[in-house]
Order: sequence, then structure tokens, then C-alpha cells
Amino acid sequence: MVDNIAYPVQLIQPDGRRVLRPDYTSLVRDIGTQQLRSLYEDLVVTRRMDVEATALQRQGEMGLWAPMLGQEAAQVGSARALRPDDYAFITYREHAVAYCRGVDPAVMAHMWRGCAHSAWDPHEVNVTNPAIVVGSQGLHATGYAIGAHLDGAEIATIAYFGDGAISQGDIAEALGFSMSFNAPVVFFCQNNHWAISEPVHLQSPAPIAQRAAGYGMPAVRVDGNDVLAVLAVTRQATQRVREGGGPIFIEAITYRMGPHTTSDDPTRYRSAAETEAWKARDPIDRVRRLLDREGQLDETFLAHIQDASDRVAARLRSGTIDAPDPAPLDLFDNVYSADHPLIDEEREQYAAYLAGFKDAEEAEAFGRNEEATEEALS
Amino acid sequence: MTTTKMSLGAALGAGLRRALDRDRKVVIMGEDVGRLGGVFRVTDTLQKDFGDNRVIDTPLAESGIIGTAFGMALRGYRPVCEIQFDGFVYPAFDQIVAQVAKIHYRTRGRVTVPITIRIPYGGGIGAVEHHSESPEAYFAHTAGLRVVSPSNPADAFHMIQQSVAANDPVVFFEPKRRYWDTGEFDPDAEPDLPLHRARVVHEGVDATIVAYGSVVATALSAAEIAADEGHSLEVIDLRSLAPIDFDTIEDSVRKTGRLVVTHEAPKFLGLGAEIAATISERCFYQLDAPILRVGGFDVPYPPARLELHHLPDADRLLDAVDRSLAA
Ligand SMILES: Cc1ncc(C[n+]2csc(CCOP(=O)(O)OP(=O)(O)O)c2C)c(N)n1
Repeated sequence: MVDNIAYPVQLIQPDGRRVLRPDYTSLVRDIGTQQLRSLYEDLVVTRRMDVEATALQRQGEMGLWAPMLGQEAAQVGSARALRPDDYAFITYREHAVAYCRGVDPAVMAHMWRGCAHSAWDPHEVNVTNPAIVVGSQGLHATGYAIGAHLDGAEIATIAYFGDGAISQGDIAEALGFSMSFNAPVVFFCQNNHWAISEPVHLQSPAPIAQRAAGYGMPAVRVDGNDVLAVLAVTRQATQRVREGGGPIFIEAITYRMGPHTTSDDPTRYRSAAETEAWKARDPIDRVRRLLDREGQLDETFLAHIQDASDRVAARLRSGTIDAPDPAPLDLFDNVYSADHPLIDEEREQYAAYLAGFKDAEEAEAFGRNEEATEEALS
Repeated sequence: MTTTKMSLGAALGAGLRRALDRDRKVVIMGEDVGRLGGVFRVTDTLQKDFGDNRVIDTPLAESGIIGTAFGMALRGYRPVCEIQFDGFVYPAFDQIVAQVAKIHYRTRGRVTVPITIRIPYGGGIGAVEHHSESPEAYFAHTAGLRVVSPSNPADAFHMIQQSVAANDPVVFFEPKRRYWDTGEFDPDAEPDLPLHRARVVHEGVDATIVAYGSVVATALSAAEIAADEGHSLEVIDLRSLAPIDFDTIEDSVRKTGRLVVTHEAPKFLGLGAEIAATISERCFYQLDAPILRVGGFDVPYPPARLELHHLPDADRLLDAVDRSLAA
């Protein structure tokens, strides 16, 4: 039931040469030069976004950031396989997925700065707000897919999660539910090899994709650093679920090049040699080499990409720095959708309490003014 | 007597080291507790020194951690489980309240499961969602569990050892914003209190403040400010949240006649409610004012940039003290 355990699907080799895989190349036949350049642009822009956010955190403008450095192809390739009415359930690391779905980078920043738990309307972009409780979103995606199916909507729902998440009961339950109800959901596991300090073999000594087989679910392994291969397998998977073929599991094999979050120190648990080895499989270099081989890397194009990256980075930066702090009484908003006596009372009491400070400040300021006036008059 | 100066986090690690040394059936388990030493470094170097059969990095599954610990405890082990952050204990909630808490009763005392469940809890560190919660009332409400929370390095050092040695399951809440606070203590001295006892940490006669965990420091600074204003506040560090040492609180309230209870957790059905009700029963004729509570608001833990409004601070505490004194 698992495709390609030993040889994950690959369409571009690390040195930029194409791979002959008619079964999968047929799925991306429409990706000509223009489309390949556009995928490349998304890879470069989202990396720049990630690097900018990491810098913003280091400069104290963000409380935290979970870098996705190295995982651009897995995210861009899968997100670009989705149609506008498909629905994505993401975690705290799927910045490139959110970007490809049209989430404004300025809005992404709010959560990381600490201004809001979530800042976009999931139904506007068909992307959920990032799930932080690991694995929870697997079940949510399954339920959404069941609902879509009951409604007769021919859409795909995709659940993103990491290799650590497969240890959670919620993911196991999601695989079970989705099979029982033939839910049109794609499980997209980014095996980035690490769950904070824990290597992937601690979660599963066997290839992760094999888990799906136990539920009777087909699975495919793909080179997650190959944007074209990821695009192909995700297109195939979404097509399958849209047509009522039932859930499918994708394991995208990739690598988290940076720390788990900006608070993490990966040198405590993994070797520089390992990271170096993965650098050679960089998802962006690979497409650049391919474009170069095929003579498509001209100055105008590179300048255009530079410009697009600068714009997105600037947008993220200003969106972060300009994000207004929430007002104190916002604390009490949206706890319930209708009036609630306990909340109303606490809001009122806290407003009065804050007003007390203001009065005191004003009184003090007034006092100072009085003194100043007296001084001026004397 | 040789005292050493340590942070609360390091004191917990030192206490765990003693526990591992003393009893080979003690094992530490959790996510990232091994090579990384935990995300707060509480278990730093323990795996290096005791090996990965004693300090076990588990798969990323909280229900799995507690359920497995339960089985190990049946086999005679004393697991110390780390839940990485407060908001991630909920996947393990079923195992804790339905299994761990009940087995001793269910087997009419034949089985003990001496599991210690360490949970860094509370806010004030500017974290993202699910990383700043105060879920202690859920556990204190569950019969069969002991629930404790140290507020300073010395207590952290002793209480973690007492918890590991206890034959009952203990939910051990660590005030994460105090992990870096330092204090001096003698690691070779015996603990001066049993695990279930509260401590008067500041003596006073005008009103009593009861606090635990991270807000003990807040209460102490409120007491200092109050002293400058001519009011003498008694501060009690609860230490044990279940059971609660009502005798110590009662003694204090009989002296001061006034009580303010504070915690970060939402006020509604929080520990403050239990304390207010019990002390009203015990001290009805000694009270000069209604018992007041200062807690977190009854809202989900807010985004980081609002948390200083949510968390009780010395001003809010003193405001309540003023209202109590005015009554
Ligand atoms: C239920 C739960 N337990 C623990 C955590 C703390 N935590 C956050 S991310 C993480 C590692 C997740 O690893 P993985 O699923 O592989 O995804 P990655 O972070 O590598 O993208 C952990 C342990 C959490 N967020 N939720």
C-alpha cells in the first residue's frame, strides 16, 4: 500500500537534473518554464519571509518564531497543488502554505508578536489558524472533510503535521476516522527529522508512511525538498480524494535546517555534519540549478524575484512593528458570542480599576501643573 | 551548614538528581528531557549521568507518557513524568484523572502508583497560546491526586524529592516564570515541612494574603509596599493545593481578621473559592471583612501583549487589601 518506501518520488535531482518518472511527470506536464519560475519565486520569497521573521524575533520585535528554513519545497509544492476551495489545516510552521494560500504576511506576524492568538479569518483563505497543540488538527481536518463530503462539495482537505505528531493519539484517531468514513482528506506529514530534540526514529523506527497501511490507507513517500515531486504527489492525492477515492497519506521527507523555534538550541542535540549534509539537498538550490541548466535564469527574472522578496519582507516587517497592542479591555472580548454576566461584570470592574489609575495620573499631572502655575505666578 | 545559591529550575534538577541517586526505581520520562535536558533545562545532564534507561525521551504523546508511567508504576517503578507545558496536559487528562487518580481506591489499597507529574505552568513569559495556563483546579478537584506547587528554590528542591518519595500520585506544578529566580538553601538539611503543609512567608497582623506558585513573589512585594504605607500583611505560601493546609490559614485569619486569596488561574471555581468557603465556615466570627479573591480573569489566557493585565500584580492585590481594610 505504500509507494516508494526505499526511493521516494523525485523529479529533480539535487544537482538540478531531471528524473525520468513518466508516472509522476505526467502529473506536472503543465509546469513549463513560466510555472517553474513562479514556483521558484515562491520558494525564494517564503525563505526570505522566514529569514526576516527570524531577524525580527532576534531584534525583539516578535516574541517567538518557528523557522521553516529547508522546508520550503514541501510547503510550496503541496500548497500550490491545492485549488482555492480546498481547505488546509496547518501548524505553527506552515508559513509558506499560508503565504501560497494568500495570507498577508503582515497579518501572520500578529500571533508571533503576541498581539493576537490568530489574526486572519480562516474561511477567507481556506486555511486554519496555526494549531499549536500537536496533532489536534488531524481530527479537525477529518471532520471538515466529512462535512464537505456530506455537502457534496468536491474539494480536498489537507492536514499538515510533523513527524513528531504521528505519535499523538489524535493523528491515529484521525487516520481511523477518515478511513471509516471515506473522508476526502490528505494527510501531509512533513518528516523534517526532528521533533524539537527528538529524532524521527524515536517516533517511529519504521518508515512513517507505513503507518497508513495499518488503517488500509494508501501512502506515498516523496522527496520533500523537490518542489516538483511534491506538487505531483499532492495533485495526485487531492485528485483522488476529490473523486471519492478516500483518504491518502503523504510523507514528505525534508529537513528542518534551523532551530525548532527561536528559543531552541539545536547544537545540543544534533551534529553540524548532519545539517551540512542536508544543505547539499537544499530545495531552492535545486530549482535554481534546473533553471540554470535550462537557460532560464536571466537577469530580469532574478531582479524580479529580488524585488518580490524585498516587498514581502518589508510587508512582514512593517506588519510586525506596526501591529497595534491590543487594548486592555480587549481581554474580555469574544470569550462568548453573546453577553455573559460574569465577563460583563469583570470587564466593568477592570475598567473602573484602570480608570482609577487614570484619575490618579490626571490628579498628579494636574497637581504638577498647579505647582508650575504657582511658580510661574510667584 | 553549607548553603548554595540556585535558581528554582536548577534546584528542581538537583532534587531530581538526588531522587535518581537514592532509588534505582525512579525514572524520568517525557519529551526532550534527555539530551536537551527539557525545554527549560530542568533535567539537564541527568541522562548523561544516569543513562537513557533512567532518563527517557518519550515519543511525542502525553496520554502515552502518563499511561505508560502508570504501567511502569504497576511494575514497581517511580516515574517522574514531564509534561512540556501546561496546555499539553489535556491529552493526558484522561489517564491522570480516570486511571492514575483512582487505582488505589479501586483496588482497595492494594495498588499504589507513585507517579510524579511535573507541569511548568502559568504565564508571564510572553509565550504563544497554550503555553501559559493554570489548570491546577482540574486536578485539585480530582480525588486521589495530591497537587503541589513550590514558589522558591529551597521548596522546589525538597518538594520534588518528597513528591517522588510519596506513594500517592502527585501533580507537581512548576511556576515557570520563577524558574530563573535564585535563592539560597542547604541541600543537606532535612526539609522543614511535610509536603502538605503551608508556610507563613511574611508575618503581619492587619490582613492575610494566601498565594501559591508564581504569585507568592507578587504577594511578598505587595506586603513590602503595604509596610511602607503602614499596613502589616501576613503572607502564606500554600505549597500544597490538594490537600490544603486550612489550619495554617485559619490560625493567621484568627489573628488578622482579613483574608485575600490570589492566584493566576481564573477566579471562577478556582482554589480561591474553596479557600474562601472553608475559611468562612471556620472563622465566621473572626472575620472583619468578606474574603476577597484576586485571580486571573475568566477568559482564555490572552495573547502575550495583554498578559500583564490578566495576571494579578501587586497593585491589584493591594487594591483588594485596601477594600478589605476599609470594610
Ligand atoms: C500536545 C503537544 N505536546 C507538546 C507540544 C510541544 N511541542 C511543540 S512542537 C513540538 C515538536 C513537534 O514536532 P513535529 O510534530 O515533528 O513537528 P515540527 O515541529 O518538527 O514541525 C513539541 C514537542 C505541543 N505543542 N503539543
